[in-house]
Amino acid sequence: MFSWLWAILIAALIAPGVNRVVGYRGAWLLAFAPIGVVGCLLKQWRSVIDQRGVSASIDWVPALNLAVSLRLDGLSLLFGLLVTGIGAVVLVYAGTYLKRDDRLGRLWLFLLLFMAAMLGLVLAENLLTLFVFWELTSITSYLLIGFNHNRGESRASALQALLVTGGGGLLLLPGLILLGIAGQSFELSELVTGAEQIRQHSSYVPILLLILIGAFTKSAQFPFHFWLPNAMAAPTPISAYLHSATMVKAGVYLIARLHPILGGTPQWFWLIAPVGTVTMILGVVLALRATDLKQILAYSTVSVLGTLTMLLGIGTAGTLTAALALLVAHAFYKGGLFLMAGSIDHAVHQRDIRKLSGLRTVMPATFMAAVLAGLSMAGILPTFGFVAKETWYEAVGRISGVVSADEELTGLQGSWRVVCFLSLAVLSSIGMVAAAGLVCVKPFVGRKSEAVCDAHESGPALWGSPALLGAIGLLLGLFPARVSELLTAGSTAVAGQSVEVELALWHGVNLRLILSLLTLAGGTALYWHRHRLESLWVSLARVLSYGPSSAYQWLLNTVNRLARQLTSVLQNGYLRFYLLTMVGTTVGSVWLALRGELLPRLKPVTLHLRTHEVLLTGLILLAAIAAVRATTWLLAVGALGIVGYAVAGIFVLFGAPDLAMTQFVIETLTVILFVMAFSRLPDFRRLSSARTRARDAVIALGAGTTITVLLLFAMTVRSDHPISDFYVGHSVPDAHGRNVVNVILVDFRALDTLGEITVLSIAAIGVYSLLTLRPHPPADRFVEKSDAADGSSIGTFGAAHQVTGASPHPEQEGP
Amino acid sequence: MDSVILKTAVRFLLPLLLLSSVFLFLRGHNEPGGGFVGGLVATGAIALYALTYGVAAARQIVRVSPRILIGAGLLLGLAAGLAPLTQGRPFLTGLWTSAPIAGFGNVHIGTPMLFDLSVYCVVTGVTLVFIFTLLEE
Repeated sequence: MFSWLWAILIAALIAPGVNRVVGYRGAWLLAFAPIGVVGCLLKQWRSVIDQRGVSASIDWVPALNLAVSLRLDGLSLLFGLLVTGIGAVVLVYAGTYLKRDDRLGRLWLFLLLFMAAMLGLVLAENLLTLFVFWELTSITSYLLIGFNHNRGESRASALQALLVTGGGGLLLLPGLILLGIAGQSFELSELVTGAEQIRQHSSYVPILLLILIGAFTKSAQFPFHFWLPNAMAAPTPISAYLHSATMVKAGVYLIARLHPILGGTPQWFWLIAPVGTVTMILGVVLALRATDLKQILAYSTVSVLGTLTMLLGIGTAGTLTAALALLVAHAFYKGGLFLMAGSIDHAVHQRDIRKLSGLRTVMPATFMAAVLAGLSMAGILPTFGFVAKETWYEAVGRISGVVSADEELTGLQGSWRVVCFLSLAVLSSIGMVAAAGLVCVKPFVGRKSEAVCDAHESGPALWGSPALLGAIGLLLGLFPARVSELLTAGSTAVAGQSVEVELALWHGVNLRLILSLLTLAGGTALYWHRHRLESLWVSLARVLSYGPSSAYQWLLNTVNRLARQLTSVLQNGYLRFYLLTMVGTTVGSVWLALRGELLPRLKPVTLHLRTHEVLLTGLILLAAIAAVRATTWLLAVGALGIVGYAVAGIFVLFGAPDLAMTQFVIETLTVILFVMAFSRLPDFRRLSSARTRARDAVIALGAGTTITVLLLFAMTVRSDHPISDFYVGHSVPDAHGRNVVNVILVDFRALDTLGEITVLSIAAIGVYSLLTLRPHPPADRFVEKSDAADGSSIGTFGAAHQVTGASPHPEQEGP
Repeated sequence: MDSVILKTAVRFLLPLLLLSSVFLFLRGHNEPGGGFVGGLVATGAIALYALTYGVAAARQIVRVSPRILIGAGLLLGLAAGLAPLTQGRPFLTGLWTSAPIAGFGNVHIGTPMLFDLSVYCVVTGVTLVFIFTLLEE
């Protein structure tokens, strides 16, 4: 199974090269990878239908019990086929769509990376594996929405999608971890067997909430639905694939996947079904209001996602099956419609349905594709959309008989619930029929509008791909037996118990059929009288301006403003302030952490001082005082150097030659650096007031005292078995070195060292950019400002800048 | 700095200091020394040269850009960390082998030495960046 992921990943990596060498027809070549995976998945068909799961696993971090494990069951097979099958079609379509664009290679790369991530997501058996793939889909989606990165609007939409879905992911992770703790396993199949315990667990509701927010953000459920229409900034093939057929269904997938573990409780119903219902209705209303082809499709996708969520939330065997059937139908018709919209956009460069009409004679093949997919969207007889809708109506009609674990439904309550859900379902379907009319009929009928006059049919890939997807929808409707098998396996996986699914195109004349006809009639009427809704939209616009989208905007602006304020306080460009903050924080946190323990545990230390030690210490003190009182740069730097050298001398006396040696070299280099710097500084001047100096003295004394006390404290907490014994004992046999200090640095604690040299490199980049890339503001203005700000600046621009460095324009940010 | 004494002295000091830097680096595993201090000594030597003869001359002595030294050092460190993975051992585990080298007898060679070399490169590169950019200001 890992080879499937590798195949797609390798195709992704060679995609830019293929584009360069073969050109846009290379898509056919790249499509071999997903088509091959489709073949492999179909080969597993029998064993999956017979409920024999296929699984694979590799140890990831054995020390932490982390494994990357994959498993194929009915649900993952269903999703896997959609992901790879539609992916292959979209890949070929994208090749023609972006023909002769040198960014095509990048598009393929991202598209295939996404495909691998999504396939991994639906195959994942381990919760953490699932999460990793989940986040990867968010990231690739971000890259794809922002594909036209030179447009600000695209970047903003991409960021919005990333923030919303990534924020949801941030909540999902603790949810999954809590679930793993509650179920004492991160493997889904083991969690299913322990489901009863998890539902009784005290953290059941937090788990459910956290995971659901993650799923709702991903699947654009109310109130997080607003990112999906904005994600239409992506190229149309991407919208078709990610934001309609696959990625946005990841949330639905997660809910379905976790249903056997977390489902079947009142909380499950009340947290999921209402959200899904609201999203379903809201989506269809907004879809009818939109005028852009892609926006209509996006909002109707939101509506369908709401329906799926609602059906999963109701959670009877029938509704679970209906959800899967609807999901399959939607993937094909919506993918097809998006591709059709892309073809129109490609040919006419216009997506506004008010400016599109009469395309049927200009683009007959596209019209055919649109009709195929549109019939399925409207749920008209021979298509799979019809079958799915019938299943949906039937399942909702039967929920009255269901009694959930803790809740006795009286007959009246049950039937009330049926009427409620059924009427809302019919309402949303009516809207869907009208939306299908807007997308598939409106642009093609009537007189040719101005925009479409010089349009013409694009290449066969551009109309063939949507036609293919539409035709599949039709075929599935005509021959539903095979899908029934798959849906049986899928529903069994979702329901956690054996489910029999028998899909059929014709059930005879019954209530469902009458409801379907009613839906169709209502939808057609709504489509014809859509102009009457104009006034409704006007009044609706006022309400919508307070929607979650504006809350998102407000949040984003507030965070940015806060960050700017915080930065101007913390990063104000004054080095002394930085020192103050760092020293103060260190001292403060030491006292805060060891408040009660520090002083009582100090014991008087008896010192056996030798003469040369006293002399060395005296030298340090003298040099320190000289450094503070110095009146020239040379004296100050020299005195500091003496302090350093004398400290190194103490290291020598107490048997730390390595440390001493390093200290000597460091001191030498520091003095050299200082000499280089102050050869450019102006004369040494004292500009700080007596008060500032007194304050600094207090801080310095405080810091010194803290470190002294801390060292004395450290003497009292020595254990009988210091860690150094381990190092000394293992240095020669394990690490082949007699110098323990160096062995610790490069072997025992090499990871720390690796981190340190990385930080060092970053510091080098920082110094380099500060010194070479800074702008040169007028010198005089700067001096005036900084002097006025705090009277202790060093003098001319160059000097102040050498020291402050970090902020090229302190006058703009300073207090 | 235009001083005949310094110029003459640096001519002799530079090779000596660089040699001692390599010496410190090589003995590091068994005696006081190591990549960190070795790298610092190398920088000290080059800094002295740069002060005397100018940065351009010093850059010629180093031959590679300090930035490349940093990058190469980090990559070496990563390589030393990744090498044990090929043997199925955890990241950064030391791998050792011994080989007879003429004049030294049997010498232990292992990935920690490679790692020490990476520290040497990064430290030299970083401090050289500091010094060169400051001097070129």
